[in-house]
Amino acid sequence: MTSKRSLARANRPIHSDTFIHPWPEAGLVLFNSPYDPPASLRLENGRIIELDGKPEREFDALDRFIARHAIDCEAALEAMALEPRELARMLTDINVPRTRLVRLCGGLTPARLMQVVAELNVPEMMIALAKMRTRRTPANQAHVTNRKESPALLAADAAEAAERGFAELETTVGVSRYAPLNALAVLVGSQTGRGTALTQCAVEEALGLRLALLGLTTYAETLSVYGDEGAFRDGDDTPWSKAFLASAYASRGIKVRFTSGTGSEALMGHAGGKSMIYLEARCLLIVKGAGSQGVQNGSISCIALPESLPGGVRAVLAENLLAAMLDLEVASGNDAMASDSDIRKTAKLMLQLLPGTDFIFSGYSVMPREDNLFGGGNFDGEDLDDYNVIQRDMLVDGGLRPVPEEELLAVRRRGALALQAVFDELGLPPIRDEEVEAAVYARSSDDMPDRDVVADLAAAERFLREGRNGADVIRALARRGFRDIAEKIQAVQKLRVSGDYLQTSAMLLPGSRVISAINDPNDYRGPGTGYRLDSERLREICDLPWAGDPRTIGRPASEQPWLRPAGPARRGEDPREVVIAVGPAFGSALDATLRGLPHREVLAALIQGIRDEGLTARVVKVYRSADLGAIGYTGSQLSGSGIAVGIQSKGTTVIHRRGLAPLNNLELFPQAPNLTLESYRAIGRNAARYAKGEPTRPAPVVIDNMARLKYIVHTTILHRREIEQVQAGRDAEEVVWDE
Amino acid sequence: MSELLSYPLSENHPDRLRTPSGLRYEDLTLEALTEGRAGMEDLRVTAAALRMQAGIARAAGRRQLAENLERAAELTQVPEQEILEIYEALRPGRATRDQLEQLAARLERDYGALRTAALIREAAEATPETRADPD
Repeated sequence: MTSKRSLARANRPIHSDTFIHPWPEAGLVLFNSPYDPPASLRLENGRIIELDGKPEREFDALDRFIARHAIDCEAALEAMALEPRELARMLTDINVPRTRLVRLCGGLTPARLMQVVAELNVPEMMIALAKMRTRRTPANQAHVTNRKESPALLAADAAEAAERGFAELETTVGVSRYAPLNALAVLVGSQTGRGTALTQCAVEEALGLRLALLGLTTYAETLSVYGDEGAFRDGDDTPWSKAFLASAYASRGIKVRFTSGTGSEALMGHAGGKSMIYLEARCLLIVKGAGSQGVQNGSISCIALPESLPGGVRAVLAENLLAAMLDLEVASGNDAMASDSDIRKTAKLMLQLLPGTDFIFSGYSVMPREDNLFGGGNFDGEDLDDYNVIQRDMLVDGGLRPVPEEELLAVRRRGALALQAVFDELGLPPIRDEEVEAAVYARSSDDMPDRDVVADLAAAERFLREGRNGADVIRALARRGFRDIAEKIQAVQKLRVSGDYLQTSAMLLPGSRVISAINDPNDYRGPGTGYRLDSERLREICDLPWAGDPRTIGRPASEQPWLRPAGPARRGEDPREVVIAVGPAFGSALDATLRGLPHREVLAALIQGIRDEGLTARVVKVYRSADLGAIGYTGSQLSGSGIAVGIQSKGTTVIHRRGLAPLNNLELFPQAPNLTLESYRAIGRNAARYAKGEPTRPAPVVIDNMARLKYIVHTTILHRREIEQVQAGRDAEEVVWDE
Repeated sequence: MSELLSYPLSENHPDRLRTPSGLRYEDLTLEALTEGRAGMEDLRVTAAALRMQAGIARAAGRRQLAENLERAAELTQVPEQEILEIYEALRPGRATRDQLEQLAARLERDYGALRTAALIREAAEATPETRADPD
């Protein structure tokens, strides 16, 4: 037998996630597997002859590459002599500069790197990451794909993504032959609005390189490495082939980052009982040794595997931190579905968002989930407003900005139109006007008209075969009146000539200016240092299009007061009258309750309720106080029956009887948003029944615990308006109004 | 690189930059592209720029990145098809140790690519004498 509460919990999304206990033999362990080697390093004549307990003759290919390229022997003696805890403390110590730690960490072995981060709890890792990330300014990367591989939609989404502030856009393909067209669509979109972004297309290595050489992409990211030789071989690469590939990209001026992440070795059956973080440390040393400026890590597509284990989310933060300690740019994951639970997903995100990383997401899906060809993002297009609110709540730079709807529509349209022109100029299958129109307003590719897939694929192959390239695209745009986009693409391509974005953690700013760890180095040294929001960026983050001007809230529709004073209120003699005492702004400075009920109708309902019971109502207005107790109390003093209904302008109501203390009452209706006209009529009836001395059942009230959340801002403002109308020296008055 | 260059080169030293065909950086305009005076072949980094960037990376303490950029400088002369062939040869089980040695020698001879050749020789050392998994 299960309780109903447990059943309710069992139905929550968190129970769709999988949780397991560690199993070291299968590599299902995060830190400190019993099969991890001891940390050790021995040098002979500046050559590493022992690495993590293994003598040189037993080195596998990865050990050899790491020993040869990754570890700085000069720093190693000093660094390996330090206790892991001592290094861990230095990481969180604002008085130890990043540069010193980078030097020391460069001398650590994989096993020691794991031991150091294992000393840190989550907030310590966050502080360390804020200090150790390479670039001072954090940024973000988007995923731009769709199931139909609709080019117009890709261009519109890319344009929107750049407009929202994404500094890198990554696309991919469902069918790999689409690659050149998808890369082209995202390239054009990426330079359409005020933003500017580098773009990539995740495909097989050789094709990826070709697209970049043709100028259809400007960076590459999916150079995967593994912490085990067997996994590396299954990935069809060696450390040397990857290092060569990195140089090949750089030789054409193309930015590259590698990819690694916890769990991949276990998933491929090659963990050898080693812990995920130990294996990731090996990956990162290969990345560094290969001369890559950076890495995409944070478990990436394996994320649910470390997250199934205790401490999984912490471990993923640890791997991001390890990369930063090795002076690598970090695009910190958050790019694959990490949980079914929104609470868990958001909690996980905080670990990268709050300290900031070079790219907080290595792919934030700007589309709805079903259009994400990377397997679904941890956050997607429909979470963008939430994300912008979180930035505003924390005053943290997550790399995005809220954009008004009309601006989004304009940039989407222009992106799609520009691509339409390029397709036409380059003889690609036409993008029809209806596709452009649909792309502007689409939610997903379901809203896009179908295209002739066979013709598109044939055109894509021809495009690649003929070697059409970035220069052709620039010329086509210029010829067809998209000079601004042509200029921006040209400016980005031109930067290749300088090699400026080959430096660590390079990104573009509007105006096609490059910043990187060279000219924007992270100089965090505690409060008042490092990256801070400047006033412009602060304004941008805070300016949600849907944030209201509080001064306009509750303003009456008409300047003309509807309820007018008509001389001092008299003291009633008639025991069959109930007084309705209204607050000082009622029917004048305010004209509706919190719920939005017009005061005129509320008053009519109260009067009707009193009349239902055969009594008469008299309305007076209280000026001395906006307090409900005082309003009700004043009313009861004036009422012939001694019963009064007191009502504030925001709609909060009380039934009071002469003789009770001001703050006491017969019935209180504190939640104005829940009071309907029917409620007010029932309140009127009850007041009359009290006046007649009849037994009365308190009027039912709805309990809505969300009401305070929803209305507290309006409550505050409406109450302020009521208080503004208080006149300390003015007695209550009779009122008149036009029926 | 003994001279300290100020990064970014595109902003601080455009006068030092040339396209592969010798066009001055500042002449690489939209008009140059649309009027056919420049093409995709100009939108490429040169060995000289890569060596300057390597110097900047090394001065920032990034030895491995600098070495990568120096290998890249060598590869600017290597045609795309050859690059793809070398990459393919370096993948597991594709080439024997001897074949990789020959590849390294060719890179040295044809392109003076000493650093890249050294990397390939290292890969050769890590490759079994005979082909590991013939396919």
